[in-house]
Amino acid sequence: MTSMTATTGPRRLHDIAHARAGDKGDRLNLAVFAYDERDYARLVTIVNESRVLEMFAHRGATQVRRYLLPKLSGMNLVIDNVLQGGVNGALNLDGHGKTLSFLLLSMPLVVDDTA
Amino acid sequence: MSFLLGSGAGFSGDRTDAAVAVVDELILRGEPCALVFETLGERTLAAAQRRMREDPEGGYEPLIEELLEPVLEKCVSHGIRILGNFGAADPAGACRRVDALAKRQGLMSVKLAEVFGDDIRERIGQLDLEPWEAELGQLPEDGALVSANVYLGAAPLVEALRLGADVVVAGRVADPALFLAPLVAHFGWAWDDWDRLAAGMMAGHLAECGSQVSGGYFADPGYKDVPGMARLGYPIIEVEGDGRLVVTKPAGSGGRVDERTVKEQLLYEVHDPSHYLTPDVVVDLSEAEVRCIGRDRVEVTGIRGKPAPARLKTTVCYDAGWQGEAEISYAGPNALARARLAADTLRERLSFRAPGDLRSRFDIIGHVSVFNDDDGKLALAREQSLDGDYRLRLAVEHAERRWVERATQELMALYCAGPAGGGGVRRYFQRRLLSASWLVRREDVMAGARCHDSACGRKHVGDMEESET
Repeated sequence: MTSMTATTGPRRLHDIAHARAGDKGDRLNLAVFAYDERDYARLVTIVNESRVLEMFAHRGATQVRRYLLPKLSGMNLVIDNVLQGGVNGALNLDGHGKTLSFLLLSMPLVVDDTA
Repeated sequence: MSFLLGSGAGFSGDRTDAAVAVVDELILRGEPCALVFETLGERTLAAAQRRMREDPEGGYEPLIEELLEPVLEKCVSHGIRILGNFGAADPAGACRRVDALAKRQGLMSVKLAEVFGDDIRERIGQLDLEPWEAELGQLPEDGALVSANVYLGAAPLVEALRLGADVVVAGRVADPALFLAPLVAHFGWAWDDWDRLAAGMMAGHLAECGSQVSGGYFADPGYKDVPGMARLGYPIIEVEGDGRLVVTKPAGSGGRVDERTVKEQLLYEVHDPSHYLTPDVVVDLSEAEVRCIGRDRVEVTGIRGKPAPARLKTTVCYDAGWQGEAEISYAGPNALARARLAADTLRERLSFRAPGDLRSRFDIIGHVSVFNDDDGKLALAREQSLDGDYRLRLAVEHAERRWVERATQELMALYCAGPAGGGGVRRYFQRRLLSASWLVRREDVMAGARCHDSACGRKHVGDMEESET
């Protein structure tokens, strides 16, 4: 059962990792790092391309590429077409997508039991 | 002895007093050094180009004087060279402004040099262009083109330093090249010394956003705490002749430099970390490591370089109609329901008061806004208390100004003709700029540097003689 850890230990990515967003055109990068290098393997398992794509699907994301950086206990995620036009084209308040690092950090650490 | 790179600003709109503590620290350290102001975003240059149409002094960074005023005299008298892309669309105009400031401060022999060659607006139709990797669009029609500028590398900046400039005024250059240039001028690195160029470029990358490497854009209370946010120390990068680099900040300043702040900035706006493109070198960060070697001191190692790309990135900005925003607040009991009713009412009004090709987006700030998509799918899926403090926001765009005015005026009309208790309406509209990125052949770009006045021309002590450039 994972529900015990879900209530007593870290619950979401924000508890074990920090992140920063950057943009170029309609492409977003999210650099994510484990606070503790012992959590790096867990980070790699949880933050995979398909889970990230699912998290940004409502904004029209078409592709996620993940670059692992074990020496930094982190990874770089590059997400295409997620900015709804980018800083110049978007009607969104945050055309850069700068706030989206914290959307990623809201990812649950416990994978759905049915999945 | 290391060379010190200080950052005085990381974007147009940054703190204008940040350079003071950096310059004081550079003077105290007494080592060879330079101060860099990075003030040019993707759109900033196009905005400057457009301002210049109406105001001959509108083509360069509006805060240039505020940025330089507190540090110019100290830098000149201590031999600290200043480099900045605050020339924006008009480096010559910026030079005139700096010259006037210097004379007002009693500095009669400040040497200024401007970098030229980034503006290819007049020639873009004749150049061989390739779309940038993520680019899908077409080149705009001639009438809509506002600006087209190549991201120049460090070479013309080095040329400006070798002309003896105290202040180097550039327009579009790759941001980190502003930092690489004084390193090349000082250490005499060759243009094919890829590992050193890569290290210098990454020193620039780490410092180009100012405090983003030293505690800015980092704090998350209880998780990542940063002391002294109101007096953040902007970064100083110590670079050795062999490319070793250490990130630090002025003693006694606020902020922090630790492994986490450096890691976040190392990958900022990077895509493939093994292939980070810059005009002068392709950087490989895949083996990079960061190590804290003291309080607010982090060493970065393992940066590798590969030969420079054959083409340089060009940002093209063009007019694309009008955009507008308007907002109204609802608070207290049942506020979310009232904000939603306001949105539904406004949506229905726009369906018969504005043309069908008006693009619009509705957000309820306080519920779901910035994470949402344009159709509001995420907000619909999320439950939230009806009581609270919510703000309806409308954003619209259209080719014609009148429809953007009409749509935002319809939000304003909710004051009287909307749900109960709406208040705090704000409304504005402006011309809309779009940008696209293209690649031009390196050999088609004719960049260089020239002195702003005749005083320019003497060598600075400590500069290497011309190496294999």
